[in-house]
Amino acid sequence: MLDVAIRKKLRDFSLDLSIHAKPGEIVVLMGENGAGKSTALNIISGLVTSDTGSIRLDGSVLFDSGTSVDVPAENRRIGYVFQNSAVFPHIPVRENIAFGLRAQHKSPLFIREHVGHWLQVMGLEDIADVKAGNLSGGQKQRVALARALATGPALLMLDEPFTALDAENIRRVKELTRTFVTEMAIPCLVVTHRISDCRDVGDRMYVINRGIREWEGRPEDEPGCTCRNDSR
Amino acid sequence: MNPAPALSAKTRRTITCIGAAFLIVSVTLYLALPVVALFFRTTPELFFSSLTTPDVLSALVLSLFTSAVSLGIVILVGTPFAYVHTRNNYPGKVIVDTLIDLPLVLPPAVAGVALLVLWGRVGILGQYLSMFGISIAFTTLAVIMAQIFVASPFYLRQAKSLFEQLDPSYELTARTLGASPLRIFALITLPLTANGLVSGAVMTFGRALGEFGATIMFAGNLPGVTQTMPLAVYVGMEGNFAVGLTISILLVIISFAIMISVRLLARREMSHA
Repeated sequence: MLDVAIRKKLRDFSLDLSIHAKPGEIVVLMGENGAGKSTALNIISGLVTSDTGSIRLDGSVLFDSGTSVDVPAENRRIGYVFQNSAVFPHIPVRENIAFGLRAQHKSPLFIREHVGHWLQVMGLEDIADVKAGNLSGGQKQRVALARALATGPALLMLDEPFTALDAENIRRVKELTRTFVTEMAIPCLVVTHRISDCRDVGDRMYVINRGIREWEGRPEDEPGCTCRNDSR
Repeated sequence: MNPAPALSAKTRRTITCIGAAFLIVSVTLYLALPVVALFFRTTPELFFSSLTTPDVLSALVLSLFTSAVSLGIVILVGTPFAYVHTRNNYPGKVIVDTLIDLPLVLPPAVAGVALLVLWGRVGILGQYLSMFGISIAFTTLAVIMAQIFVASPFYLRQAKSLFEQLDPSYELTARTLGASPLRIFALITLPLTANGLVSGAVMTFGRALGEFGATIMFAGNLPGVTQTMPLAVYVGMEGNFAVGLTISILLVIISFAIMISVRLLARREMSHA
């Protein structure tokens, strides 16, 4: 279970958000560019510090301004896929997926088996030894997803994961996200600016404008707003 | 009075081509002729016989040794420095940035005087070292210090620019995957900037090898101790011209090799981007 209440003064406005997500639930944050969605993910991941508020995940306090708790990003157990997928271009797919496991000092046997599993379920076996910089957009996104999930995160966060992908890859990444969030029973936050993404993968959605939650509910009930820049 | 007939498109194109060719040829010749002239003033026999004289050999060995040590120190200290400097904001950062660039515009002789005023036997810090019998000025160490002072900005500027340009999402992703800062630096940042760092290192080595002004002021001109190749050229021009010429040709060859390496590395970096 994820419980977030954060407040941070940004350059043009104040981000003031409460976000909740249950295990196995995909919550979509939708809004225009610059609405504060990605900043919210950065705060939850620990890459940016909130001015005040609290972040709780699976009963653990990750951040609490009242008690000065601030768990570093590397210890938060959050799988975070950035907008550009950020696969490490100079190392093979296999090593990309193993990166987090090596950082956690897992045994070589565990790493080999675990990486093999993720290569197989993500359909990446054929390109396991290809340098990630040489992959297509869809392949990179699957590697990034596998790398984030391989560490066994307590929360998955995807920032604009479907941008720059073709229709087939969008469908595939959405399916994979749904499958593993359900299987691993972890909450998932997805940032997007397209209503079609909310409807396809979201169990619930928040419409965010200038750092404030404007609407919350099921994607199919979304009444429509200015941020409905649906290009697909 | 009839206006002059307009030039045809073909004539205009020809004139433009001739103008462009003249510009390219004249600039190229201006830069290349003095260098080429060096090779015409010697013969292979004279070149190789001068190359094996003790003065040339000792200057060559000393220059390569001091430049290699300077480069090693610049890489070992400069890489983490540039990384920490780029990734953090601290008071006076702009001043530090300016100080890094200062040796690029400072006349090398002034740099030598400055080093002497600080580290010389009666210098601000040097006088205290003298109490313990330690003397830096006019030693091989002084050559290295002068080279580091003058050449390090080439590496530091390159490293800073590479770290600034590196997409932050790589390092941030690595953090969320649980990697420590040292692990991120070693496994992500360094490999992704390696080609650029090597090209900065090559330029630094070249600058250290050609260092003259700061060296002669701070380290003097002692054969076998502080007389590097550029200093031996200077001495050769006053006495044995063949020696001066031979070392000059050697420096031209090394400089050319350095520039070729930098270009190849830059091309490799672009193909990786």
